Amino acid sequence: MQKTVSLTVNGKPVSATVEGRTLLVQLLRETLGLTGTHVGCDTSQCGACVVHVDGEAVKSCTLLAVQAEGRAIKTIEDVADGDTLHPMQEAFRDNHALQCGFCTPGMIMSALDLVKNNPDPSDREIREYLEGNLCRCTGYHNIVLAIKAGAAAMRGAPTKSQGAAAE
Amino acid sequence: MAEIGTPVRRREDYRFLTGQGTYTDDINRPGQLYAYILRSPHAHARITGLDTGAAAKTAGVTAVFTGKDLADAGVGGLPCGWQIHSKDGSPMQEPPHPVLALDRVRHVGDPIAVVIADTLGHARDASELIKIDYAVEPAITNASEALKPGAPLVFAEVPGNVCYDWHLGDPAAVDAALKSATRVVKLDLTNNRLVPNAMEPRAAIGDFDRATGEHTLFTTSQNPHVIRLLMGAFVLHIPEAKLRVVAPDVGGGFGSKIYHYAEEAIVTWAAAKLRKPVKWTADRVESFMSDAHGRDHATHVELGLDAQNKFVALKVSTVANMGAYLSTFATCVPTYLYATLLAGTYTTPVIYAEVKAVFTNTVPVDAYRGAGRPEATFLVERIVDLAADELGVDPAELRRKNFIPKDAYPYQTPVALQYDSGDYFSTLDLATKASDYAGFEARRAEAALRGKLRGIGIATYIEACGIAPSAVVGSLGARAGLFEAAAVRVHPTGSVTILTGSHSHGQGHETTFAQLVADGLGIPMESIEIVHGDTAKIPYGMGTYGSRSLAVGGTAIIKAMDKIIAKGKKIAAHLLEAAEADIEFKDGNFSVAGTDRSKSFGEIALTAYVPHNFPHEELEPGLDETAFYDPKNFTFPSGAYVAEVEIDPDTGTLEICSFNASDDFGRIINPMIVAGQVHGGLAQGIGQALLENCVYDQATGQLLTASYNDYAMPRADDLPHFALSTHATLCTHNPLGGKGCGEAGAIGAPAAISNAIVDALKPVGVRHVEMPATPEKLWRAIHQHKAAA
Amino acid sequence: MYEFNYHKPASLADAAKLLAGEEVKLVAGGMTLVPTLKQRLAKPSDLVDLAAIGGLKGIKEEGGGVTIGAMARHAEVNRSADVKRLIPALAALAGMIGDPAVRNRGTIGGSVSNNDPAADYPAALVGLGATVVTTKREVPAEQFFTGMFETALGQEEIVTAVKFPKPQAAAYQKFKNPASRYAIVGVFVAKTAGGVRVAVTGAGPCVFRVPAMEAALGKSFSADAIKDIAIPDSGLNSDIHASAEYRAHLVNVMARRAVAACA
Repeated sequence: MQKTVSLTVNGKPVSATVEGRTLLVQLLRETLGLTGTHVGCDTSQCGACVVHVDGEAVKSCTLLAVQAEGRAIKTIEDVADGDTLHPMQEAFRDNHALQCGFCTPGMIMSALDLVKNNPDPSDREIREYLEGNLCRCTGYHNIVLAIKAGAAAMRGAPTKSQGAAAE
Repeated sequence: MAEIGTPVRRREDYRFLTGQGTYTDDINRPGQLYAYILRSPHAHARITGLDTGAAAKTAGVTAVFTGKDLADAGVGGLPCGWQIHSKDGSPMQEPPHPVLALDRVRHVGDPIAVVIADTLGHARDASELIKIDYAVEPAITNASEALKPGAPLVFAEVPGNVCYDWHLGDPAAVDAALKSATRVVKLDLTNNRLVPNAMEPRAAIGDFDRATGEHTLFTTSQNPHVIRLLMGAFVLHIPEAKLRVVAPDVGGGFGSKIYHYAEEAIVTWAAAKLRKPVKWTADRVESFMSDAHGRDHATHVELGLDAQNKFVALKVSTVANMGAYLSTFATCVPTYLYATLLAGTYTTPVIYAEVKAVFTNTVPVDAYRGAGRPEATFLVERIVDLAADELGVDPAELRRKNFIPKDAYPYQTPVALQYDSGDYFSTLDLATKASDYAGFEARRAEAALRGKLRGIGIATYIEACGIAPSAVVGSLGARAGLFEAAAVRVHPTGSVTILTGSHSHGQGHETTFAQLVADGLGIPMESIEIVHGDTAKIPYGMGTYGSRSLAVGGTAIIKAMDKIIAKGKKIAAHLLEAAEADIEFKDGNFSVAGTDRSKSFGEIALTAYVPHNFPHEELEPGLDETAFYDPKNFTFPSGAYVAEVEIDPDTGTLEICSFNASDDFGRIINPMIVAGQVHGGLAQGIGQALLENCVYDQATGQLLTASYNDYAMPRADDLPHFALSTHATLCTHNPLGGKGCGEAGAIGAPAAISNAIVDALKPVGVRHVEMPATPEKLWRAIHQHKAAA
Repeated sequence: MYEFNYHKPASLADAAKLLAGEEVKLVAGGMTLVPTLKQRLAKPSDLVDLAAIGGLKGIKEEGGGVTIGAMARHAEVNRSADVKRLIPALAALAGMIGDPAVRNRGTIGGSVSNNDPAADYPAALVGLGATVVTTKREVPAEQFFTGMFETALGQEEIVTAVKFPKPQAAAYQKFKNPASRYAIVGVFVAKTAGGVRVAVTGAGPCVFRVPAMEAALGKSFSADAIKDIAIPDSGLNSDIHASAEYRAHLVNVMARRAVAACA
């Protein structure tokens, strides 16, 4: 059954005809060409597909495109300000919080959701918050440092340069 | 200008951070069709009927192909790249590995048919209309069970399911040494089966250009040239000149993306057959059922010690699970990547290892991060710890007593390898100091007051990396050379493109190699572009695995740079009217020794391409050089890890209190990237020790851990912060002195954690805990002791 | 996923009418249903999305307790000032479900209607003596959860809210499955006007109470009081993650910890 779905993606109104079974992530990747959002599992655990729906982190592989009708979606492609990285992206780079890069978009979108609700998270809070984001490369060590540094930068707090390189 | 040794931020990050990476599944070709692969739901069955008629007629379906279609078209089986010979000199059993099953399926997930349609949904819908009649047969998944008389046979033509029965070392000498030993410590242990689980599932797109007859395969590979060779020569019979393999951004590999997989051949063949691009992307369940698994050993080990507590002999007997077919490099993992490492960091004078490789009704097993070396390290470091416990001596001291002395290099082990350099004392000192090893008993006592069992564990490791000298591996059965290639292409304005056969799928080559080249040619990083992953661009390449990229791939780049500099000197000599022998190259300038006359790298580059006044008889125009580098030896990274854990006896829950890792990687180019590699390896090693386990139902052969609901991946809250340090002894046979760092963490961590656990459970009389040490296993160990008391 | 017809009715009456068909499934947050569909483990003809129906969303203080609308998401329950003030253990439990992104979509109504044997909410509902409000009636939680993935809901009946009375004290302790992060064992202990209630999820095919512990805690509300009360392991779940024996043991440990956390 084909349905037309209208929503806002990265600030722009979008309409598309989809099957009922089309997932939001399929709409983003295949119809809209926004391939920064990834799919790493089938069971809603890896978090590579996390996007923001009306400002909240959601797994786009576990949401039907039709369920996103009328919603505002933000993907990794809309996080930087032009060519200037968002402070959270910059913190990931500066702390070497990514290797293969596959989980990274979901990590960043989740990190932004965390900081929205908890502007100054502790290491423990960051680790617990990342329950729904798997990374196989970094051992999470530098991701935790990056989110801490990114949160500090977003608060406007003075930051230590970074942690990864010092070790 | 000294980029080497500095934590340069990664050049690849911008595209990944902004969603601009291009992974295989991000690529779409015009007119592309989608493949869905129908896989066996049974562990072992004969296919007595196969009817694709209804599926082929379904809306949106272009074609359905089966194993018979491929066989009729002359498609070959998937090859194995390494031939092992058994003790009796007979070659290993190498039964056929069809791309799609013919009359029999041998593991859950064995591919049977492919449906190609306009959408993936339609392809999968249609796959359910394929009618297959199965005659289900008994399955065997445990390798030790598969060796027993009367066990079901995976291949009728392979007696006893034995692929090979191999050995290394002198059994008589080892038996004699064990007989005269003061003490012999014995242990049976398993090395649990793992699923690599790169976060990017495998994907492949086949394309065919009717105009040129060129086939293109985009694939999630760590070594596109190897895929081109194997698929072109053995499976599809396409000459290299007509086959392009592209491995774009790849979302992690850890070994699982080395191998040539059926799906790559299927989409390449089908695209040519249908004259349309064909795309296949695994979902995660498919990844669990089709990516090569890792480890899965069962071992009996005996270590003999003399009255001075010196190791006198080591005897190892291992059963290694191969799975249902031989994956590309499966056969070398439990042999030459395993038994050759059994000396570890110690002077054990005689070692004997025998390994039976066994077929079972499980997914093929092949190299996974560390590949053989984690298995060797785990058993050596467990038996050494057990010996310390039985002798009542400090495990750190027992290790020091038996370490290869600092002045003993080059050191010939009894198991074929010759270590070129190392210093195990210093890394152990660093790790034990950082973890306050001396002060541990106070922490154990304090934890006991809180009702907790606290333990500390040491593991040292050595690995053979920089894989590998072609002559050596060739004599041991490798069907490939393991050199690396690189080209340095200097452009007229002085910018440089490096074409490397190494492949980056997270390792940061675009940064590390650029650092090498910036220092080597004396030019800024911004002038350097690193290109990899495309057989149409790169001269040749053997790819990335076995911590070889820097030691072998990096050296190939240096060799090519040497040729550039040599030619640059010739050009400079001509321009400066000096003798070539008088030209020095330093910091990007070619100068006449002892004078202030010089030409910059950019001037030489321009002259090479604008050769208006060139001695053409002596010198060709252009500045573009290729080098192939074949290493002289393996490299031998080593290190010492100390883990401290605390166990809650009420639930068996374990917390890692600290993890100190000290590694010797030789020269480090980018310490930030190296630390990241260690972190990731440690996470995988800790995952193996505590969480990860691939489980088959013994009765049915069903894969019970086929999703993240059942296969426990390490998450952020399972892991501690890691404390790292390094101590360098340089590799003596490559110009960088680099050894490799990618696998270390996964090699050393399982034993460090396991030793800490056994130490924590010492008060309750536990001798060994199998991995993964889940809370239930730990609780049971404690509980049984309590019940017995 | 198999293709299906998608409906987004604006009223409960319309939704109930759609439910009259064969093979019709409701979707609230979809956090369990969508993965199930993706794996082709269910093949509904029609999917009825409850998202557009008004009146299912709020959380309000009512009769001294809290009434939570069926479409209230776990994150909302976790952050609700009313829930935190009146039943902090319930807010904490909601914060342990799934992961943050799942909590941003998953709903109490969906969780309760699905009745996964390892879900957290059933322990809270039974532990607190909550009442499930449906389009047809009000059902005490204990009568609502009838078996593994089974509830008392009729075919055209939809959960609209859950009413939780305020306990004197309550706590939830969860031992997580290391892979799925569902409960291997979760124990909810509540001290209520009507006595102490101990509800267990994860351990058996369906949430259950432990009368022996409740009686002992009624006499002396302390972890020690239940130290020796063993749960028989017969009938408990046993799988690759935990044996029945271990689960039985964990029920005791988690119950003691929950009692201690109530203090």
